[in-house]
Amino acid sequence: MAEVLVLVDHLDGEIKKSTFELLTAARALGEPSAVVVGPAGSAGKLSEGLKAHGAAKIYVAETDSSDFLTPQVSVLASLVESKDPAAVLIGVSADGKEIAGRLAIRTNSALLGDVVGVSPEGATHSVFGGAFIAEAKANTAHPVITLRPGSVEVEQADGAGAEETVEVPAASGRSATVQSREPVTGGDRPELTEASVIVSGGRGVGSAEQFSVVEGLADSLGAAVGASRAAVDSGFYPHQFQVGQTGKTVSPQLYIALGISGAIQHRAGMQTSKTIIAVNKDPEAPIFEIADFGVVGDLFKVAPQLQEEVTKRKS
Amino acid sequence: MNIVVLVKQVPDTYSERKLSSGDHTLDRDATDAVLDEINERAIESALQLKEGDGAGDSTVTVVAMGPDRATDAIRKALSMGADKAVHLSDEALHGSCAIQTSKALAKVIGTLGEVDLVLAGNEASDGRTGAIPAMVADVLGLPSLTHARELTVDGATVTVRRETDDGVTVLTAELPAVVSVNEKINEPRYPSFKGIMAAKKKPVTTLTLADAGIDASEVGLANATSTVTSSQPKPPKSGGEKVTDEGDGGQKIAAFLVGQKLI
Ligand SMILES: Cc1cc2nc3c(=O)[nH]c(=O)nc-3n(C[C@H](O)[C@H](O)[C@H](O)COP(=O)(O)OP(=O)(O)OC[C@H]3O[C@@H](n4cnc5c(N)ncnc54)[C@H](O)[C@@H]3O)c2cc1C
Ligand SMILES: Nc1ncnc2c1ncn2[C@@H]1O[C@H](COP(=O)(O)O)[C@@H](O)[C@H]1O
Repeated sequence: MAEVLVLVDHLDGEIKKSTFELLTAARALGEPSAVVVGPAGSAGKLSEGLKAHGAAKIYVAETDSSDFLTPQVSVLASLVESKDPAAVLIGVSADGKEIAGRLAIRTNSALLGDVVGVSPEGATHSVFGGAFIAEAKANTAHPVITLRPGSVEVEQADGAGAEETVEVPAASGRSATVQSREPVTGGDRPELTEASVIVSGGRGVGSAEQFSVVEGLADSLGAAVGASRAAVDSGFYPHQFQVGQTGKTVSPQLYIALGISGAIQHRAGMQTSKTIIAVNKDPEAPIFEIADFGVVGDLFKVAPQLQEEVTKRKS
Repeated sequence: MNIVVLVKQVPDTYSERKLSSGDHTLDRDATDAVLDEINERAIESALQLKEGDGAGDSTVTVVAMGPDRATDAIRKALSMGADKAVHLSDEALHGSCAIQTSKALAKVIGTLGEVDLVLAGNEASDGRTGAIPAMVADVLGLPSLTHARELTVDGATVTVRRETDDGVTVLTAELPAVVSVNEKINEPRYPSFKGIMAAKKKPVTTLTLADAGIDASEVGLANATSTVTSSQPKPPKSGGEKVTDEGDGGQKIAAFLVGQKLI
């Protein structure tokens, strides 16, 4: 069976959930080979998890280079050349997209970006915030595919996980140099793109302090917290929680929008959610056009009451 | 400094966007087209660098690849203060994929002499490829410093505070380099009346494929590295029940969620 290269996204010895989604998706195309690029000693802690999700091989490239993303691109490019894989799968993130694009240039491969599903025939895109579904196929060997997190249900599978060391080839062009790095460490709440429930706040929340109303409801539901761009721009909540056109695309089981008008750019990031609840003072707010259940009212009255009901039911 | 800004004309995100049923490419006639908001920010960055340049000899050149009507986006960029523009426009470009687009843009940049800095948006609002700047950099063998929230140029060194969902990375490189900006980098200026009048007289060079040294086999739908085989609109979600809070709004939501087995 053909090999499928999967780039492992890892931080401090932990594998990101999106990598398990890639390993699951890869099995539809062939036999997954995990590719680990990182500082010396990174692979050891990752191999159990990779094997448990079906990695037949684990390629390990250790490097302490401060070249930005170039080691990942060069290692994948050399593996594409030596192994002639059926495809290369990379998770959608800022880094993932950049690695994928540069790799496709280096290896003369098709780039199927931001897909929500893969099959031997090609890949499925969800465009304009889910307003269109499109099928695409690659016209080259070893296409590079980036998969949107949360689009595939993770399934475990036994993989042999045979480790093989690979050299990091010398860079072919000039690279940016990493001077420092501060990763965002997720708090206790689930990741936005992984959460099955999201509670989001908009400008209507009014201030950073008052976002505690959004957080309180989220915590009672075990949910992630999201925000509209207006809320982020007003400094109520950090940028990485922005949902929408220029923020994250999410598709949870349940999305609760508090004080969000439902501008088209916000909807583009959340309208494929299974169930949408909206609370807004304005009965004409466009968010109600897509809400399965809407309450015209003050979020500061409705959200705490809902939180109380949820907590009551749990005990 | 010789600064190039890559700009793209995109369908207005405020209007309904469509794929054409024939070849599944973006239906540009169905929507209003605008200069992508993120590119206004890239131009603002370029203008700030130019204004802060002690030597006072910087030029800002706008480069766009797209159909004829992309000239509107180019004029907007010039009215903000860019000095001149190059527009790669050719029927044969229709339907080009990301690989072809980045190679073509690299060719156009190659016609501009010694370029110090290429600025771009981090992600276009139509395709969300989010990789063209890094791909252009790779074609040119230049370092890519993407998703800049802060950008400084000191002598021949460019420093970027790269801010993404995953965290903050400080990157440096020697010029020439490619930098893409994120939506938090600045607030773009509005074109002044004077700027709008001046833009009418600024030079816009239109290049065909041949002018840019690109062979027709390197671009276009028929030669793209990927092909969209089908597309379907998804029926929009319709609204459900809407109630007015009468002191029991939270309880009503809870009851709905229980009914849906969500809590
Ligand atoms: C290129 C581009 C990209 C964009 N990308 C994004 C994006 O990624 N994400 C995004 O969200 N937006 C994005 N936007 C911005 C978008 O157009 C809207 O401006 C934004 O979504 C509005 O946020 P909001 O709903 O929180 O604020 P508003 O539109 O101001 O709405 C606030 C709502 O809160 C309600 N409200 C006020 N007080 C209360 C209360 N006490 N109780 C209940 N309701 C109350 C009001 O009735 C109102 O409906 C983008 C815009 C552009 C041009
Ligand atoms: N056809 C194009 N012409 C000029 N610049 C482009 C074009 N396509 C993409 N770009 C640049 O690349 C950035 C990111 O676009 P993308 O990678 O397509 O999401 C845009 O904001 C532009 O700066």
